[in-house]
Amino acid sequence: MAGLLGIILQRLLLGIATLFAVSIIIFVAVNALPGDFAQSILGQGATPEAVEAIRNQLGLNESPPTRYFKWLLGAVQGDLGIPMSQALFQSFTGSSTGGDVVTVFDQIIPRLKNTMFLAGVSAAISVPLAVTLGILTALYRNTAFDKAMNVSTLSAISSPEFFLAYILILFLAVLNPVFPSLSNIFPGMEFSDRLNKTMLPALTLTLAVTAQMMRMTRAAIINLLASPYIEMARLKGLSPMRVIVKHALPNALAPIITVVALNLAYLVTGVVVVEVVFVYPGIGQLFVDSVKIRDIPVVQACCLIFAAVYILLNLTADVLSIISNPRLRHPK
Amino acid sequence: MSDLLLKIRGLKIEGRSDETWNPIINGIDVDLKKGEVLGMIGESGAGKSTVGLAAMGYTRDGVRISEGSVEFDGVDLVKASAAVKRALLGKRIAYVAQSAAASFNPAHKLIDQHTEGPVQHGVSSRGESELDGIELYRRLRLPNPEEIGFRYPHQVSGGQLQRAMTAMAMACRPDLIIFDEPTTALDVTTQIEVLASIRDIVEQFDTAAIYITHDLAVVAQMADKIKVLLKGDEVEEADTRTMLTAPTEDYTKSLWAVRSFERPAKPAINVNATPVVSVRNVTAAYGTVDVLHDVSFDIHAGRTVAVVGESGSGKSTAARCITGLLPPRIGHIEFDGQQLPLSYKQRDKSQLRQAQMIYQMADTALNPRKSIGETIGRPVEFYMGLKGREKRKRVEELLAEIELEPTEYFNRLPSELSGGQKQRIGIARALAAEPQFIICDEVTSALDQLVAEGILRLLAKLQDELGLSYMFITHDLATVRSIADEVVVMKDGEVVEQGPKKEMFKPPHHAYTDLLLSSVPEMDPDWLTNLLQERGVDNIGDAAVDKM
Repeated sequence: MAGLLGIILQRLLLGIATLFAVSIIIFVAVNALPGDFAQSILGQGATPEAVEAIRNQLGLNESPPTRYFKWLLGAVQGDLGIPMSQALFQSFTGSSTGGDVVTVFDQIIPRLKNTMFLAGVSAAISVPLAVTLGILTALYRNTAFDKAMNVSTLSAISSPEFFLAYILILFLAVLNPVFPSLSNIFPGMEFSDRLNKTMLPALTLTLAVTAQMMRMTRAAIINLLASPYIEMARLKGLSPMRVIVKHALPNALAPIITVVALNLAYLVTGVVVVEVVFVYPGIGQLFVDSVKIRDIPVVQACCLIFAAVYILLNLTADVLSIISNPRLRHPK
Repeated sequence: MSDLLLKIRGLKIEGRSDETWNPIINGIDVDLKKGEVLGMIGESGAGKSTVGLAAMGYTRDGVRISEGSVEFDGVDLVKASAAVKRALLGKRIAYVAQSAAASFNPAHKLIDQHTEGPVQHGVSSRGESELDGIELYRRLRLPNPEEIGFRYPHQVSGGQLQRAMTAMAMACRPDLIIFDEPTTALDVTTQIEVLASIRDIVEQFDTAAIYITHDLAVVAQMADKIKVLLKGDEVEEADTRTMLTAPTEDYTKSLWAVRSFERPAKPAINVNATPVVSVRNVTAAYGTVDVLHDVSFDIHAGRTVAVVGESGSGKSTAARCITGLLPPRIGHIEFDGQQLPLSYKQRDKSQLRQAQMIYQMADTALNPRKSIGETIGRPVEFYMGLKGREKRKRVEELLAEIELEPTEYFNRLPSELSGGQKQRIGIARALAAEPQFIICDEVTSALDQLVAEGILRLLAKLQDELGLSYMFITHDLATVRSIADEVVVMKDGEVVEQGPKKEMFKPPHHAYTDLLLSSVPEMDPDWLTNLLQERGVDNIGDAAVDKM
């Protein structure tokens, strides 16, 4: 087990190094955006002096490396800065609201929680569904059922998400009002109410991620069906279902886990369109709004969180894949 | 007729390739009584395993039974439904596969796999079958029977896994077991132990068995009667003793005769001559673990030195040191009296050219995308600098040398060749560098006996014509007997004995050499019985190796 801990530690350090690299890319990319906050907030009629004043106040005139290191130093200490939109009110009204400063964290955390909730609901539906369908299509491979499942999940993944979203709205909100089409959730809502309002975006995301996980499960299992130990299991007179679930699946876990992790990461970071369609107050919406007004601290913080989610989920997948291998769990 | 357990009549099997069904088995009959052991032998491609699996009503993907019946205790398995077959498989008919390491599921403990059959078939409870498993492990003389089942397959050695698999097959006390080459992948000293265990337990429970193998001497120990197959046809069947002493068919006789190939002895080595290759006090390590300890031996011009030992004894590591793939930690390699740089990276082209290799698995040693002409042409160009027409001419010469029709084979891909032909291409590729010295790493162990003999004869001919020296790595003492001039016996990374072949095969030997020699099955059906009586069960196989 010491070896395993070592591996986890090594991956964790690698993950942190990756995050550093990503932070540079984020900073460079965000700064490459045309226009800046001062211009976008002051509009067309802005005087150069006003623009300059705001730029100075926000530190936009400092050299990029200085700004990067300031940001990084803050981020390492858990301080992602203050949203420019918030800073502005203070300086222009001149009326400080006392210690009640809204930080990037304050703005992002409730949104992130909402997104996590949506991702959690989608994952709770799509992962079991995809793995079960993967097992079933492997079991009944090349039958009509298998082909039907493949065609339908592939069509789902091939359609744009907003299209899937509108189709679902049409059938589940307009024609048969089962779920609400607007997902305006807010703090302090009942869990059941919240779940009800999250259902349509969650189903849309399920349609978007199920195909890949299902097909990987199917392929990973079928890949093993020619191996001698599967033949042995069959020759022991075991039922086809048992052969697949008990003998093929445990050995097919590593690739399945990897794909599941990638799709979970997508559920957190790729939800922008779905959140917009359903007006769901998640981090994706915040991200889009912040890009629009060039609120750089928020954009950077969102990117950093997305990157961290990706890295963390892939790290978890790596570790789980390693654990799923009995050779590593039980060394000689 | 009621005592017939298995009755196969007119069995025809087809395999699919390129969208058409081609015959693999052309009508075979098998009669097996309760408690009887049938040995089924033939070369690879004879259809032995296919018939063995068909006896369980099972065919692999892309294979189908087209005609005939397989009656097991009155049930025709060809016509039976999948559910009827599943009820019989594992419970009344069991299977022991060639590679236990591949046939145990790596994700589950041995005992979980052992008890699965009895529990699923409702023969016994999990607890009962666990106790029974431990008892079977004990009867099969596995070390630590109480504990070994609770390990994962990768934590158990190959020979032990093979016995654990036999135990698993026995779990429901079946009436029939199909043994599909169960000892082919094992070392001789391990094989003998597994053979003794299998024979014992089959006798104890009066189980009928089909024992599939290509090794005649093995089948002679195990079977009551022998059936010889050739390309999907039965050649003949007779009881074991008759078959061994008086085979009627020419093909059977030719199989029997393979073991008689032996090169005439060469004159003694001139002690003053400089050896072509000299391994000097080599100690080598993988990581921090030494795997070779102070190994020294010489290989003289035009001679064959057989390096013998079991898997893990350091034979191939010694070869890697000579080629420079693994630089020795201590010691060095001399070539014609000149010290070679330790790593191949520091050797120049002419030094690299002088030592070539032929590999065990011709299949994986040839690039499947390159035609034969390209494969052999590459070293011709790289080492000899020939191009264009000259290169082609040289490749054709080489093909003629290895007895393949140049124009016919030049443009073929490896997939269009048989195993023996692929190995010949491997030889041609080594010859293309015009070396003085070739390392042959188990070059015949993946081949059938007749094909292997052809390769050995070819190597002998090339040695006579070109004055080549061979380092011949093998675990098969029959091969040593037929081709070697000198023998080096290795164990645990050390040379335990070396000398001219004549002396090695004459007593007194080093105890380990003696054990190796005595573990090679002989054609005498009483060989195993006599050996067990002579030595006792505890003085054969791994147990005996461990005592040294």
